[in-house]
Amino acid sequence: MSTAPTPYLSVQDLKVHFPTADGIVKATDGLSFDLERGKTLGIVGESGSGKSVSSSTILGLHRGSSAIVSGHILLDGVDLLELSNEDMRKMRGRDVSMIFQDPLSAMHPYYTVGNQLIEAYRVHNQVTKKEARTRAIEMLDRVGISNPDKRISDYPHQFSGGMRQRAMIAMGLINDPGLLIADEPTTALDVTVQAQILDLLQDLQREFNSAVMIITHDLGVVAEMADDVLVMYAGRAVEHGPCKEILTHPEMPYTWGLLSSVPDVTGDTDARLVPIPGSPPSLLNPPTGCAFHPRCLHRDKVPGDLCRTELPPLVAGTRGGAHLKRCHLSDPDSIYETEVLPEIAPDLVDDILADSAADSAADNAADNAEGAR
Amino acid sequence: MLAYVIRRVFVGVAMLLAMSLVTFTLFFASPVDPAQFACGKNCSPVQREQARKALGYDKSTIEQWSSFVKGVAVGRQFPADPELRKAAPENVVDCDAPCFGYSTYSIKTVNEMVGEAMPVTFSIALAAVILWIFFGVLIGVLAAVTKGSFLDRGIVGTSLFLYAFPSFFIGTFLLTYISIKWDLYPLPSYTSIAEGGVGAWASNLLLPAVTLAMLYMAGYVRMTRAFVLESQAEDYVRTARAKGLATRKVLFKHALRAALTPLVTMAGLDFASVLGGAIITESIFNFNGLGKLAVSANTNYDLPVLIGIVLIAGAFVITANIIVDILYAFIDPRVRVG
Repeated sequence: MSTAPTPYLSVQDLKVHFPTADGIVKATDGLSFDLERGKTLGIVGESGSGKSVSSSTILGLHRGSSAIVSGHILLDGVDLLELSNEDMRKMRGRDVSMIFQDPLSAMHPYYTVGNQLIEAYRVHNQVTKKEARTRAIEMLDRVGISNPDKRISDYPHQFSGGMRQRAMIAMGLINDPGLLIADEPTTALDVTVQAQILDLLQDLQREFNSAVMIITHDLGVVAEMADDVLVMYAGRAVEHGPCKEILTHPEMPYTWGLLSSVPDVTGDTDARLVPIPGSPPSLLNPPTGCAFHPRCLHRDKVPGDLCRTELPPLVAGTRGGAHLKRCHLSDPDSIYETEVLPEIAPDLVDDILADSAADSAADNAADNAEGAR
Repeated sequence: MLAYVIRRVFVGVAMLLAMSLVTFTLFFASPVDPAQFACGKNCSPVQREQARKALGYDKSTIEQWSSFVKGVAVGRQFPADPELRKAAPENVVDCDAPCFGYSTYSIKTVNEMVGEAMPVTFSIALAAVILWIFFGVLIGVLAAVTKGSFLDRGIVGTSLFLYAFPSFFIGTFLLTYISIKWDLYPLPSYTSIAEGGVGAWASNLLLPAVTLAMLYMAGYVRMTRAFVLESQAEDYVRTARAKGLATRKVLFKHALRAALTPLVTMAGLDFASVLGGAIITESIFNFNGLGKLAVSANTNYDLPVLIGIVLIAGAFVITANIIVDILYAFIDPRVRVG
């Protein structure tokens, strides 16, 4: 593990534009990030910030639609955007797979869970139905479904929400893909089930050593799961870096807003929940300059009309390192300390620190185990 | 499931009873005196009253209806009047249950007449339903997968165009030009399988079936297109693509499977309504089916035949409804278990 890891997934200047009757919708506009195997990237943003579009483009699901895609998506050195439709189809489910937000609608209601898992395995493996069935039962067992040999014949509606999502995860991992994209995997689930599903994902990631992209609007999920965080706004990255760094020293007012709008469930009940004012911009006609400026509480602190007129570049944060931000504010740290931090649920930051400490310990343990092999 | 079916059958029988009562009431609400009609132009009042008595029209509507219901249940004898039966025992006709009555115009029981017409209508309906479902779904899927293209617009436009033509136009056109003037296809006349085998039966059915199918096909093309487009936008179809399934498999195994469910419902009910008689198509091609029988029963004020056809047609629709509901449970596992 001493050699510098080459990124397993490298997204470079990805643009996904949709021509519509009213103009071009820039769903993703110049997105770049790297992700190594065994690592997790959390992509955070409100609905309509382009996070789901970006991930389905990685999977090649934009093909056949009107989307105009440019840039590079290198998976293990292969540019997915250059592949033929047939080659991309073969990658899907085998090298990259995806689990979706609502497992009830994401599974076909007319086929049994087993049928759908077996199908997923047999697309990429020349095996008999019986062998595929054995594999499917094994995967259902692995994701914690009891009596998998019986439940495999059930229909999705006979499963509970959590079990359905487990089955989706089993289906996503049945071919041992190098990259797993989880699009809001816990949003449609009960809070108690959410934690179980996240734990399961983490366990499986260690076991399969896959790269995981987790798309969410829930910073709690990010704090628990992610090594790196990418905050998206209006199709662009506005803050990107190591999870701990971003969550403890965020430098972009949008990230501040996301942190302030996490409810404080353990603290005193008087604490206010501070929502981000306004709503996400239209991607058809995004605001000029920094797309966040109409909703930004701190734009007056930037001299001149810079926020409105000029798009800030994605540059290194004040503390350096891998932390990147897209903001004109010259002294974000002091504003964060004085104005933003008091509004944030205090336990959130503590949790983040505790979780990431635990994670890095676990990662080290996993690395050691890897080295010993 | 069984209890459900039994309940549905009970409701269906009650509905048929109500339908027959309404038909009786409507028939006698007509300004035409059926006894006068049966008796003819040069008919004295005495003769007219004799005819009325012979046909059983002298009794109250409710009495006539009860003897009709009784006939269906246990059978009856004609003429209805016991005195007439005694006067001419050689003319008495036994009509076994379920007896729908004795025609006031032809010298046949309704059961015989319907029995002769039913195979004709059933053949046309069957051939038409096969044609319109096969081509309707095929063309509809084609339009859905090429959505927005020239082909798709052509299909949608053409189906709308054809839909706008009434079946008397299409039928007359096929008969006059294809069969008679251009001599492209022999003039169809109904041949039963017993008479001419399956080949002759099917080839004679082609033109009437096409005429009837045209009426429904345009609708099925558009419905299939809409249902397939709708199911293609479903999350589970995205999942199927995300698994790496080939486009064809995504379309046929995942998208079309879901789209077929509402189509099966529609097809079942449409087939049942066609079984009640395709009046225009049968009249154009001179096929003696239920539709033509219904027209002649109407013009002849032949109440028993009318009632018989109304009930048969109603029974088909009710039965089809029950069958479609049962079929649903087989198609959609959520209905089966839940």
